[in-house]
Amino acid sequence: MTDSQTLIPQISRYRTMTLIRAFETRVAELYRDGEIPGFVHTSLGQEAVAAGACAALRADDYLTTTHRGHGHVLAKGADVERMMAELFGRANGLCRGKGGSMHVADPSIGILGANAIVGAGMPLAVGAALSSQRLGQDRVAMTFFGEGAVNQGAFHESINLAAIWDLPVVFLCENNVYAEFSDSRSMTRVPSVAERCRAYGVEAERVDGNDVEAVFACASDAVERCRAGRGPALVEAETYRWHGHYEGDAQPYKPEDEASGWRARDPLAVATARLVAAGLETEDGLAGVQAEMHAVVEAAIEAARAADPPALDEAYEHVYRD
Amino acid sequence: MSTATEPVRYLDAINAGMAEAMERDPAVVLIGIDVGAGGGIFTVTRGLHERFGPDRVIDAPISEMGYVGAAVGAAMTGLRPIVEIMFMDFIGVCLDPILNQAAKLPYMTAGALQCPIVFRTQTGAGRSAGAQHSQSLETMLAHVPGLRVVMPATVTDARDLLIAAVEDPNPVVFVESRRLYGMKGAPDEDPLPLGRARVARPGDDVTVVTWGQMLRECLKASEQSSASLEVIDLRSLVPLDMDTVLRSAERTGRLLVVHEAVQDFGAGAEIAARAGEELYDVLLAPVRRIGAPTVPMPFNPDLERSLLPSAAAVAAVAEALVRES
Repeated sequence: MTDSQTLIPQISRYRTMTLIRAFETRVAELYRDGEIPGFVHTSLGQEAVAAGACAALRADDYLTTTHRGHGHVLAKGADVERMMAELFGRANGLCRGKGGSMHVADPSIGILGANAIVGAGMPLAVGAALSSQRLGQDRVAMTFFGEGAVNQGAFHESINLAAIWDLPVVFLCENNVYAEFSDSRSMTRVPSVAERCRAYGVEAERVDGNDVEAVFACASDAVERCRAGRGPALVEAETYRWHGHYEGDAQPYKPEDEASGWRARDPLAVATARLVAAGLETEDGLAGVQAEMHAVVEAAIEAARAADPPALDEAYEHVYRD
Repeated sequence: MSTATEPVRYLDAINAGMAEAMERDPAVVLIGIDVGAGGGIFTVTRGLHERFGPDRVIDAPISEMGYVGAAVGAAMTGLRPIVEIMFMDFIGVCLDPILNQAAKLPYMTAGALQCPIVFRTQTGAGRSAGAQHSQSLETMLAHVPGLRVVMPATVTDARDLLIAAVEDPNPVVFVESRRLYGMKGAPDEDPLPLGRARVARPGDDVTVVTWGQMLRECLKASEQSSASLEVIDLRSLVPLDMDTVLRSAERTGRLLVVHEAVQDFGAGAEIAARAGEELYDVLLAPVRRIGAPTVPMPFNPDLERSLLPSAAAVAAVAEALVRES
């Protein structure tokens, strides 16, 4: 892969989105075909949030995310081969095959993990920010969650703690309209997550979650505020979940005409139009990026297929540390 | 503790253990409700706020899921938190960070994340605190792979096991006995590492295994009983020192497990099962258990007292074991 440091930043973010798109597209197929076990939740349609928000972070900043976390983890810089190997349950996976899709993690680059309990990543991020503050570091903790998690106590308790302790936490809400199978607008009287956040005295911004540059700008402001010691911030990125809650969900609960409007605002198409209009890249050039990222993902799949499973003894490792 | 020969209270020993742990490692912080200037509702944390400052002794809102979860996140990122859950019953509102995060993330990340944290809490019926402030839930937590569960019953252990729990690289649930807080004892009596059971009173006829405040009842029983009881203070459920238990029961031929937690599905059942598997041919009588009956703890003092295992009950069951075998 091209070193992203040498790229025009907008192109770099486009590459990240394209990588996530390729990864999630193939993962959905591999899951359907029975090659990937367990549960899989893809983030197709939401790539701009992951790519824009994570581009605002430093390598040593912390990240917690959700069951729908592949995109965030890739955007934070996780190794694609080890990530795919983890989804296959292989010994060389990020978690040696003991975490899987819902628990991909790489603490060496601040990724404290995807988490399969809705809302659970938020208190953990508050704790990571507490460490950063008390140890005199300037690391920021970003926690991704969906609008469905905002009805969990964990959201309210976390945002209040971060507020009273002035902690550097960026609460990054991906509002993708659906809380599992339910239209989340039917689950609260308050129309926006940002509004609920402001009730705790924490600054909040809403942003077009299908526009990677808008997300990047908004997340950068939030990160900067945190890094400067001015306490937590929330970003509510409005986007849409193309696939079901999990792969295999037939989505009978979605109105028929709803998805087409959102797909017309495909975050990749939005970014392509902007890059071409600005003269930063040609359509052919961007198609080349897509082909490159597909090749990266295919290579990761081939490597994962060929990789060894963990030895059965691995099941007994890491329960307790001596 | 500077005056090592003076008897001190159990709660002061816990306080001294926290102070010592904080002195040894600047990454140790204490987080909880009213643990700061207030000194804790049982005064266990008194003085720590003044000594170590508000950056390390942190008052949290009444928001257990939030601050316990944050403490778990802090443990994974360089701090070593002691996080207080005021009453053990309150884990009902903060079980996720303990059960699904602290106990699981080190495993799910194949050791890439560590979680060196102490969940300090206290338990014990006998003060008419009602069914939501009296439960002994240590077995519930011992059932979760990844957690250590420690229950000090002596003044020395109150300090030493607290320090050991803080220095342990795993999440440790540290269960104090509220009714022992005022108990005085020598601060340096028979120190043992975490993970080892202690023979608190040697004897020949019946091995009595217990922990927490039931140790006092069992020691009392050993003085009252016509049988000779060997009383073992388990000190921790996880790790479980079955070797000490089995060695004793092999010699006495009789085993009785006593705990304050309700009897059904309790730790007594686990210990009895293991003893049965190992000592089937050696035991002279079936393993017996004494726990609280399986009901919530009632408020009325007489009702409550009627449910709690007593020295008299322990002595009676021990004598019956000897009589019948």
